[in-house]
Amino acid sequence: MADQNQTNAYDDVYDEPVPIMQQIMDNPWILLFLGVVIPTVLYLIWGVMEIISIPVAP
Amino acid sequence: MAVNRMFRTCPTTGLKFHQPAEALIRWNAVVGVVFLLVGGILALLVTLTRWQAVHLLPPDMFYMVLTGHGLNMLVFWIIFFEIAVLYFAGSTLLGCRLATPKVAWAGFWLMVIGGLMNNYAVFIRGDSSVMFTSYAPMGAHWSFYLGLILFAVGALIACFVFFGTLAVGKAERTYNGSVPLVTFGAVTAAIIAVFTIASGAIILIPTFGWSIGMVPSIDSLMYRQIWWAFGHSSQQINVSAHVAVWYAVAAIVFGAKPMSEKVSRTAFLLYILFITLASAHHLLADPGLTSKWKILNTSYFLYLAVLASMVHGLTVPGSIEVAQRAKGFNRGLFEWLRKAPWGNPAFSGVFISLIGFGFLGGISGVILGTEQLNLIMHNTLYVPGHFHATVVLGTSLAFMAITYFLIPVLFRRELAFPGVAKWQPYVFGLGMAIFSLFMMGAGTLGVPRRHWDVSFSGNPLGFEFPGTAWLMIGLLAIGGLLAIVGGAMYLLVTVYSVFLGKKIETPGFQHVTAKAGMAAPAPAAAPLTGYGSSGHAASASGTFVLAMVFLVSFVLYYFINWKYLSTVWPLR
Repeated sequence: MADQNQTNAYDDVYDEPVPIMQQIMDNPWILLFLGVVIPTVLYLIWGVMEIISIPVAP
Repeated sequence: MAVNRMFRTCPTTGLKFHQPAEALIRWNAVVGVVFLLVGGILALLVTLTRWQAVHLLPPDMFYMVLTGHGLNMLVFWIIFFEIAVLYFAGSTLLGCRLATPKVAWAGFWLMVIGGLMNNYAVFIRGDSSVMFTSYAPMGAHWSFYLGLILFAVGALIACFVFFGTLAVGKAERTYNGSVPLVTFGAVTAAIIAVFTIASGAIILIPTFGWSIGMVPSIDSLMYRQIWWAFGHSSQQINVSAHVAVWYAVAAIVFGAKPMSEKVSRTAFLLYILFITLASAHHLLADPGLTSKWKILNTSYFLYLAVLASMVHGLTVPGSIEVAQRAKGFNRGLFEWLRKAPWGNPAFSGVFISLIGFGFLGGISGVILGTEQLNLIMHNTLYVPGHFHATVVLGTSLAFMAITYFLIPVLFRRELAFPGVAKWQPYVFGLGMAIFSLFMMGAGTLGVPRRHWDVSFSGNPLGFEFPGTAWLMIGLLAIGGLLAIVGGAMYLLVTVYSVFLGKKIETPGFQHVTAKAGMAAPAPAAAPLTGYGSSGHAASASGTFVLAMVFLVSFVLYYFINWKYLSTVWPLR
């Protein structure tokens, strides 16, 4: 098994700037943020707001 | 604190297994299969009761068994196996050590305790037959909810161990830039899992409080709304994980690269952003939620996730076709497919999973997600027909398929009963396709789901279903029994292979310490762990023909249902 010094095969690939979209897709924390916030707002919070706005029967 | 940096390089594939990750992958997969065994036995009892001519169980037993079947299959089997997939896609494919193995073991044991506690509530106590959905105000014993909560916390820990492993790989430079596509699919599954589990916690923790008298009541509408963010999204974890498995098997069996990394990753991104919103389709007939909320979540955002599934459905066979044509299988449109290794259960399982998921599960999902069409089959047998096509024919069969690869690679055992293994995907796939198809057919005729006696015999408000409905129920039962035989074949092969199979001995084999968790890429593992597109989309002509067949089927079925809707509610 090789050690760290032998495995820099990727290092010479990054001469060009990385596109912004690829930067986003390569960052799991941004993806996690988006993947949690979007359904939380559109599904959970919006849905809960609609349910609690139903008037209580007298 | 000493960090375990012991690795094993698989002599067959060149994949590198971190010692603690390997143990965790094995244990999660094995425990998942045990829950599959339990769920499979319960499936037999459900099928023989649903089959009206047999009607095996009395009502109380039926609801208990249906509850256990749903939870053991939809939650415990699938999520244990998914955690195995996450650790494989994180540690093994990135060639790096697993982050915090002790925390990962703690998560594993929480999941085990949670799964056992939930089964205890259902089967030993026998007072928690509330089914998978456990709708309040139906109440279960507190151990039912606590079991689910413990399981969910354990699974959440596993997700963050996976994210930590990505960070370890980046810090220790075992990868640079983009993770492999299969790992990206696992990232997608883990992100969906975090939202799913958080939603489950939001509703199950107060419900647990209600079960022990700390919370006075649970609003049933609120429960349904939040619970489905857990209940349906948990099945979207499956979709992402099994699509990752499709790409993995294409790379393993054919050395296939994706047709376009950008397109496939964008499709996964659409899953991350939108697929969880599909939960709303369970609430399309509920009062209290506006059409704006329903239509935006289902008929707009859901379609972006459907688009993503169609992209994967095109690019996975497309990448296989490109790889096959590069090997010289170029005659006509389909030589690449005819000459595919149909006797290899890893391939046949994945291909049947792909076709079944797309044609049966995918198309029916769109029908259920359309507000108007949903009214025809809401809460009918159509719904379990749909999710057996997605979760069982799609996910479970894909997981079964990759097991045939993992047994020699991960467990270092030869596959026992190779003849049985060869036929297993066909038996299971055919049985489950028949089961799902006729279940959806019966549902289209209005046969309800869940109910012990769908004939409503002896009730003041009985309903006469047409004879076709009873025929379809009989046929779905035969399909179900065939699928159970297929499931038993899988269990026979895997359990025997893992525990009693012939050991694969490699002369001179030993675990090796890797400085800083680093290891050189090996050629055999390169298609699975590498990055890059095949870039030959134009040479996937056969796949495009298959895609057109799918599209025509989709459009025809969609408009047939609109026509059917017009006959249900004639405009006069």
